[in-house]
Amino acid sequence: MIRGALIREFEAVLGKDAVFAAEADRLTYAYDAAPLEPVMPGLVVRPTSGEALAAAVRLCGENGIPLTVRGAGTNLSGGTVPLPGGVVVVTNGLNRILELNEEDLYAVVEPGVVTAKFAAAAQARGLFYPPDPGSQAVSTLGGNVAENAGGLRGLKYGVTRDYVMGLEFFDARGETIKTGSRTVKCATGYNLAGLLVGSEGTLGVFHRITLKLIPLPAAQQAMMAVFDRPEAASETVAAIIAARIVPATLEFMDQFTIRAVEEYSRAGLPVEAAALLLIEVDGHPAQVAEDASRVEELCRRHGAASLRVARDAAERNKVWEARRSALSALAKLKPTLVLEDATVPRSRIPDMVRAIDEIAREFRLAIGTFGHAGDGNLHPTILTDKRDREEWARVERAIAAIFDRALALGGTLSGEHGTGIAKACFLDRETNAATILYSQRIKKALDPGNILNPGKIIPAPA
Amino acid sequence: MADLATLRGLLRGLEEELVVCMRCGMCQAVCPVFGQTGREADVARGKLALLDGLLQAMLEDPEGVRARLERCLLCGSCAANCPSGVNALGIFLKARAILAGYLGLSPAKKAIFRRLLAHPRVLDRAVAFAAVFQRLLARPVNETVGTSCGRIPAPVLAGRHFRPLAAEPFHRRCPSRETPPRAGGPRVALFTGCLIDKIFPSVAEAALRVLDHRGAGVFVPPGQGCCGIPALSGGDLATFRRLVAWHLDLFDPGRFDVLVTCCATCTATLKKLWPALCEGPVASRASALAEKTMDISQFLVRRLGVAGAPGAGREGRVVTVHDPCHLKKSLGVFAEPRELIRAAGGWALREMEGSDDCCGMGGSFNLAHYELSKAIGRLKRARIAATGCEVVATGCPACMLQISDMLSQAGDAIAVRHPVELYAASLPD
Repeated sequence: MIRGALIREFEAVLGKDAVFAAEADRLTYAYDAAPLEPVMPGLVVRPTSGEALAAAVRLCGENGIPLTVRGAGTNLSGGTVPLPGGVVVVTNGLNRILELNEEDLYAVVEPGVVTAKFAAAAQARGLFYPPDPGSQAVSTLGGNVAENAGGLRGLKYGVTRDYVMGLEFFDARGETIKTGSRTVKCATGYNLAGLLVGSEGTLGVFHRITLKLIPLPAAQQAMMAVFDRPEAASETVAAIIAARIVPATLEFMDQFTIRAVEEYSRAGLPVEAAALLLIEVDGHPAQVAEDASRVEELCRRHGAASLRVARDAAERNKVWEARRSALSALAKLKPTLVLEDATVPRSRIPDMVRAIDEIAREFRLAIGTFGHAGDGNLHPTILTDKRDREEWARVERAIAAIFDRALALGGTLSGEHGTGIAKACFLDRETNAATILYSQRIKKALDPGNILNPGKIIPAPA
Repeated sequence: MADLATLRGLLRGLEEELVVCMRCGMCQAVCPVFGQTGREADVARGKLALLDGLLQAMLEDPEGVRARLERCLLCGSCAANCPSGVNALGIFLKARAILAGYLGLSPAKKAIFRRLLAHPRVLDRAVAFAAVFQRLLARPVNETVGTSCGRIPAPVLAGRHFRPLAAEPFHRRCPSRETPPRAGGPRVALFTGCLIDKIFPSVAEAALRVLDHRGAGVFVPPGQGCCGIPALSGGDLATFRRLVAWHLDLFDPGRFDVLVTCCATCTATLKKLWPALCEGPVASRASALAEKTMDISQFLVRRLGVAGAPGAGREGRVVTVHDPCHLKKSLGVFAEPRELIRAAGGWALREMEGSDDCCGMGGSFNLAHYELSKAIGRLKRARIAATGCEVVATGCPACMLQISDMLSQAGDAIAVRHPVELYAASLPD
């Protein structure tokens, strides 16, 4: 519990409307989208200016109270679950696009800007902000940068990290730290932005983010390829890359997922198919036409049982609707959905898909797999009911098995959802003691009081 | 007040539905209240977490939970957008009833629900009384919109511009009716609804004109009252069930083939909530009635084949359509009101941005949270004005009230009409 006197200090600095001490309000900030137990914070504050944000950080630092920054709270690894009795700092009130520079192709934004709104604002000026995490309609850019959010366009366009040109953030004492620039190139000082992107609120609190924009592609072409064997789908993916074609999107759906989507949307998906590839190429119209026909040919050559090429915007939307509704369709099957994120090198996708099938059988669980075949980031999705403790125990063991197999195949624990709480304890399986120690030293140096989202990403030193 | 263990026992009935929420947070993208405040307790996910918190004894503040549940338009945008299919509206209404049962109703609510709403004839007399005095206390303020405002600033009005109570409510103009159809025509019952009866009787009259023109049999039983949604959203399940039973007796199923209403909220309440929130034989009768219930534009277009000529809706006076939450999100009806306007002829349909964004009325939400309601309503008003229309048409009298208030306060000269009024006006005399 936070002392009344301290609550009044927060109120004096931030305004009474921006401070929530009531138990009912605090409960609504005890969770995020990860299937973890909620944790009651001691106080919630919602600053609406940079000064207020800095002041909130300073007050926490001076009083030794842990703080957890939160945008939309749609994090999937527990990065936005607060510490018991800690302070939640909600940033969705800092939601202005401060600058959108068409000449120099960058934008400066506050952390609470919703990603899809930002992308739409850029698009209205003929510019493109490619990172499109599944949560983009609600998640904030601050959250995206803190998690190094990915999305469907990762293979061709990269992830959030590739678009952060500069940051202005507050350190653990509320001091302003500036890094990066508005220029294409910057070799000045340490690359602090590189460290802060994906730091999940443990090293600093974002105030202003400078993001790179690129020109909008002139044309796109979408298609759906159906396969009788999942291996054929992965071989096709490999062949497309080997042909030096880089589609903007290259998505995979297994049979379990196809059937769930068809059940839910009746879109006419082939329920006997073993796997589906949803492909989109974009760029100059001539390039698109050529790439599309080459991709089509490669699909057929590697065993596509059928191929549907979208002829107009409506058909293109139908293709992507199928992919977007994958999560919805699976979510409707059982009360609890655990969306995993283990990523392997692209060439090992067939092995990973097979491994997930084996794990599903071994632990007697329903698992649907869909995801970003182009970059190896699959989303094995476990459907369960958290109230069934016996099944939940098997789910936890299955998750550990998925991690182990991904690592054995040369992959990584998380492609885009972050480490947070959920994967922190598995970190030592992927890396080594020296790496963890090095990371702990950085954390200790930058946040000696351990107030910035403690316990996330790396385990605390013993 | 019983102890919290009792409350938890009552809430346990919601557990199967509550567990469906996977806390993904996508409701934040569409909630009009969250869009204004950015507070998690104002969005569906937060409210579901609060109910879960009470259930799991993580929280011991039922009053706090109730207060936060009430900061909600019950517009259903969250449910319409939910990937997991959470029955948010059902959960919230049941939770309001459970909490009201546990905490009790406020004296004001008790008086309004139990003494007025629950007794249709008492409500009629009280409103008739008020209608006589309104000219003393209010004056016309916008002729095109048709609104009045208070003669002196009164805190209870909070600056509202309102459509005045009709001098002659619909039940006086048409106390009762039972006329047979022309050969082969359907027998249609009309559920009037209190806002149409007391503020927009011309909408019901327009509906009857259309039905007569089409040779339908018309059944309007006397003694109709409120569909019960204000009581239900206030947590008074007893009054709600009383009104359901009352109307099930009035609307004898043998006397009509279809029941229509001109109020989107009444239609959604009859079709979805009457069966879902009643029990036993009343619930079965309500289900049977729900099967025969349609929105007026849905009935006219789908059953009677009212349609525009090819190419209609492009030339003429500019009209824009607002989609009431209850019509589009709850019932999936949105093409038919537009078809009705096309069939009227002489109108150019111009779509506003976000035609299905909530207007912010939320029924009693407007009374308890006017500032929030107004903030949402102003966004709708801006979108309407941006179309350059002469008329905004919508199939819900509650939306008509809110939109009238917003247009009038902004000084706009845009009329607010129900689509059936536009169609009826096009019929030969």
